[in-house]
Amino acid sequence: MSFDDFREELRKVVDPAAIRASDHGIKGYSLEVTARSDQVGRIARAARDTDLFLEAISGVDFTDCFQVVYFFNGFGAGSRVQVRVKVNKGESLPTISTVYDAALWHEREVFDLFGIAFDNHPNLRRLLLPEDADFHPLRKDFGRVHAVRSTDEIYGDPTA
Amino acid sequence: MATQLPEPIIEQTYYLNMGPQHPSTHGVLRLFLKLDGEYIIEADPIIGYGHRGHEKMAESHLYEQFLPNASRMDYLSGLIFNHGYVAAIEKMAGIEVPPRAEYIRVICAELNRISSHLLWFGTYIMDLGGFTPFLYAFDDREIILDILDRVTGSRLTYSYCRVGGVAKDVDDEFIAATRGFIQRLRSRWEDYHNLVTKNVIFIHRTKGVGVINREIALRFGCSGPVLRAAGVVYDIRRVEPYSVYPDLQFEIPTGTAGDAFDRYMVRLQEIEQSLRIIEQALERLPEGPIRGRAPRNVRPPRGDSYFAVEAARGALGFYIVSDGTRYPYRLKVRAPSFGNLQVLTEMLPGTLVADTISILGSIDIVVPEIDR
Repeated sequence: MSFDDFREELRKVVDPAAIRASDHGIKGYSLEVTARSDQVGRIARAARDTDLFLEAISGVDFTDCFQVVYFFNGFGAGSRVQVRVKVNKGESLPTISTVYDAALWHEREVFDLFGIAFDNHPNLRRLLLPEDADFHPLRKDFGRVHAVRSTDEIYGDPTA
Repeated sequence: MATQLPEPIIEQTYYLNMGPQHPSTHGVLRLFLKLDGEYIIEADPIIGYGHRGHEKMAESHLYEQFLPNASRMDYLSGLIFNHGYVAAIEKMAGIEVPPRAEYIRVICAELNRISSHLLWFGTYIMDLGGFTPFLYAFDDREIILDILDRVTGSRLTYSYCRVGGVAKDVDDEFIAATRGFIQRLRSRWEDYHNLVTKNVIFIHRTKGVGVINREIALRFGCSGPVLRAAGVVYDIRRVEPYSVYPDLQFEIPTGTAGDAFDRYMVRLQEIEQSLRIIEQALERLPEGPIRGRAPRNVRPPRGDSYFAVEAARGALGFYIVSDGTRYPYRLKVRAPSFGNLQVLTEMLPGTLVADTISILGSIDIVVPEIDR
């Protein structure tokens, strides 16, 4: 199984226009995928079946939405893939812990720090913060932050 | 005639809290174990006792102000975290680093890797009941700390790298001391192996214990010596070369069985490879400036970037989202121990409580880097 197999599989799952190649030397990942939340499960299965592992799941808080960022990686050179999923405030994501055991903790961490729920996660409780905490610290309305931006201000077209 | 017991013995499963202050949990980790006699049925590592909110802190600090935080996540290989964080910013902002600074960084990072592995060696054997090797390892580790102390000004939480270079140049005394250390450690290597590797009690406590094969490692996203002991040749220094590693010759030690003994051997061989790297880097250390042209406050361009380095425990990643200002919009740290610890939920069920110590020790976790 190689990274090219994954690229092939990915084309079957998401719209090819949502897949962009990026410079691994600058960005640190070779593929940049913008996916919908209902595609996450199939992307994860494609990654597992082509021998990639789940490196990290992270979240970013914007004024208009949350973004959940998945990193898949293989043991070969330059095979890191970034999958960005937009999650509207108050909405949840399907879990990929049925595909990757690693997601059990990564999703718990995102839930803990951002308050984004994952549907059908078998054990969605806080990971780092105490059980009785009533806040999600990495949200931009918690504590001191320098700026709150919209998605467009960071990922939008710079010429627009 | 044997007397009948007045009441039948009630057999039931019970729970045991291992930690948070157990000596073998290195940091503050609590293992919530469900036991059937001496056998573990279920294990739930409970973390977060050392959560300091580093990622939140980053959002209100300048990129440079966050520098001291990086080495406080993993206090045993702080310089590698420090190096990784600075290199992530440099790559994103396109800042050139003079070759001399890159070589100094690699020398110091590899010294730090050896000190981290030596500490692991000492404490792991101590967890298994051998006290003397601990003294050997700390004796040698002390020399590294002295060398690094002289050049960086600190013994554990190094903030030595700067955006565009390093804080202070190294002198002849540093080079002589490092060469002396390489020679000394090599001369003592046989003692290490005679003391521990050939010790029959140690072999019985580690051979075939806690087998993490390639398939399990893939499922949990393990990295570092844990993954390499399973026979996977995966080292960020080779797969995604950074700094001056492409110019240096070194091998990537791997194991075959993926048990605790293999992880032990992989780390010991890694120390030897690190010595090789330092030796070559000292040989090739160029003259020149140690600080490149870098703005006083970096402003990486808008967008995101992921940068990985090989820390002592595995693949460390910095994911930075920049909004074009002097403050990171989001900084995510992918800690190597995160996946390596989670694998315990799979490894521990079915093993004896006594083996927990051996397995937990052999994966070499530093809990504060998971808690962040």
